[in-house]
Amino acid sequence: MSEIPGDLKFLKSHEWARIEDNGQVTVGISDHAQSLLGDLVYVELPSVGDTVSLGAAVAVVESVKAASDVYSPISGKVVAVNTALADKPETINEDAYGEGWILVVAPDDMDQFNDLLSPDDYAELIESEDH
Amino acid sequence: MPFLPHTESDVRAMLEAIGANSIDDLFDEIPANLIIESLANVPETANEMEVVRLMKARASQDETTLNFAGAGAYEHHIPAAIWQIVGRGEFYSAYTPYQAEASQGTLQLIYEYQTMMTRLTGMDISNASMYDGATAVAEAVLMAERSQKKGGARRVLVPESLHPAYRRTLKAIVDLQGIEIVTLPCPTGRLELATLEAVQGEFTALVIPQPNFFGVLEEVDALTDWAQARGALAIAVVNPMSLALLKEPGNWGARGVDIVCGDGQPLGVPMSSGGPYFGFLACKKDIVRNMPGRIVGRTTDLDGRIGYTLTLQAREQHIRRAKATSNICTNQGLLVTAATIYMAITGPEGLRRVANASAANLAALRARLEKIPGVRARFPTQAHFHEAAFELPKPARDVIESLAGQRILAGFALGGDFAGMEHVLLACTTETKNAADIEAFAQALETALA
Repeated sequence: MSEIPGDLKFLKSHEWARIEDNGQVTVGISDHAQSLLGDLVYVELPSVGDTVSLGAAVAVVESVKAASDVYSPISGKVVAVNTALADKPETINEDAYGEGWILVVAPDDMDQFNDLLSPDDYAELIESEDH
Repeated sequence: MPFLPHTESDVRAMLEAIGANSIDDLFDEIPANLIIESLANVPETANEMEVVRLMKARASQDETTLNFAGAGAYEHHIPAAIWQIVGRGEFYSAYTPYQAEASQGTLQLIYEYQTMMTRLTGMDISNASMYDGATAVAEAVLMAERSQKKGGARRVLVPESLHPAYRRTLKAIVDLQGIEIVTLPCPTGRLELATLEAVQGEFTALVIPQPNFFGVLEEVDALTDWAQARGALAIAVVNPMSLALLKEPGNWGARGVDIVCGDGQPLGVPMSSGGPYFGFLACKKDIVRNMPGRIVGRTTDLDGRIGYTLTLQAREQHIRRAKATSNICTNQGLLVTAATIYMAITGPEGLRRVANASAANLAALRARLEKIPGVRARFPTQAHFHEAAFELPKPARDVIESLAGQRILAGFALGGDFAGMEHVLLACTTETKNAADIEAFAQALETALA
């Protein structure tokens, strides 16, 4: 399991969020989530311009054994999606916190970001789930 | 299933456990008018031996009918080898096995079926089959709606030339899901572009039957292009046998249709009083994740040997739960087995010969029937496959009744489904008919109309 980068925030449902320099928020699923799902075979992406809300399904990741909704950790408008995942969904398995990002949101309300779990809280959460 | 007898006290204990008073209580929800208390003309006092004798006598009355009825179920010759092979223990199950990968032979057969169907339809992917043609159309419409990322228009265009039973089934399945069916009139026997130009508002898909219910060939290229130019999907509903002669839906118009479906009965499945048949569904690759049903894929095992496996299962309800693509989780495995063996034994050239002979027989039938005063093709300028509507000087229902007495099934009376067509008979010829059959039919018709 890879180290959780310190600049990320998390939802309990295993999505991560990172504020970029321009104030936009990049969203993906955690390394822990990808390891539970196994080899990903398909990612269903939203469209640029879609409105997303905190806690609502925004994408779907599908592995050889399961399909899961990806919930948005923040409300706002989708400004970018990782189209490279269409051909290489396994990028999420390989680099969940980097090249495996799923979408970028222009947030409506940054306070939502501050309410997300810190890396330590998230590490504790998955630790407790494992037992 | 083994025969498990229960004692009266067993039955009482079970009924008590579930809070029912009698076995009849278990069937309480069936409306009383649908329950048949006794069979007409079967004496209540008859024992098993007498009932068997009676049923054999009744069954023999069906055997020698000369059949010119089609209307969705077609009498083709089924080589004896087919059901002999289907009946082998390895194949003889109605279901895709639950431990699917343990049954490599079954999966390979379904894979071969899918391959044959994609070649016949010109599409990228076929599933392992649906229940029948009518439900396949409904599933195709639901699939079209799902494939629209922003949610479909909840509105589909369906010509009146689609099989009336398919239209009723479609309505029964999609109506309560809030999908509007816009029925388009076809007074010329096919869907005209002029009719489409009058359509207002958005729609998700156009359903294109080929050949249509009247046996007429639609202008499939223009219809496909028209739908796709408006951002909608084109859904082809085809008779698979006709595809041996006609252009495959994957090549209709500039881009080919998006979904193909239909009833597989003509491919080796006996008519057996209306079913069971099987439906087929094929699509382009870009919308495969919206396709319902099972799909078998080919892969290699750890030792590099070819193996078959269910694939894209994450669409399905045992994995995706409430968000599954569809609730369909089974298919008509046994009939697919028959169809696959039928296609393998007949081969592409054989299918072409069957289709050609069927079409040639229709031309012969039409030429002969039109010699009878007052009988003429209802849509004389349209192209047909192996079925056509004939205008008669008498109500078609009466004529069918009259010929039935001579063991000739004259066809299907269109008046029940189409206003103003009380005198129109839909008649079909397959390769099973010869010149003598056509002459016998024509003479009987002449007598009935005299």
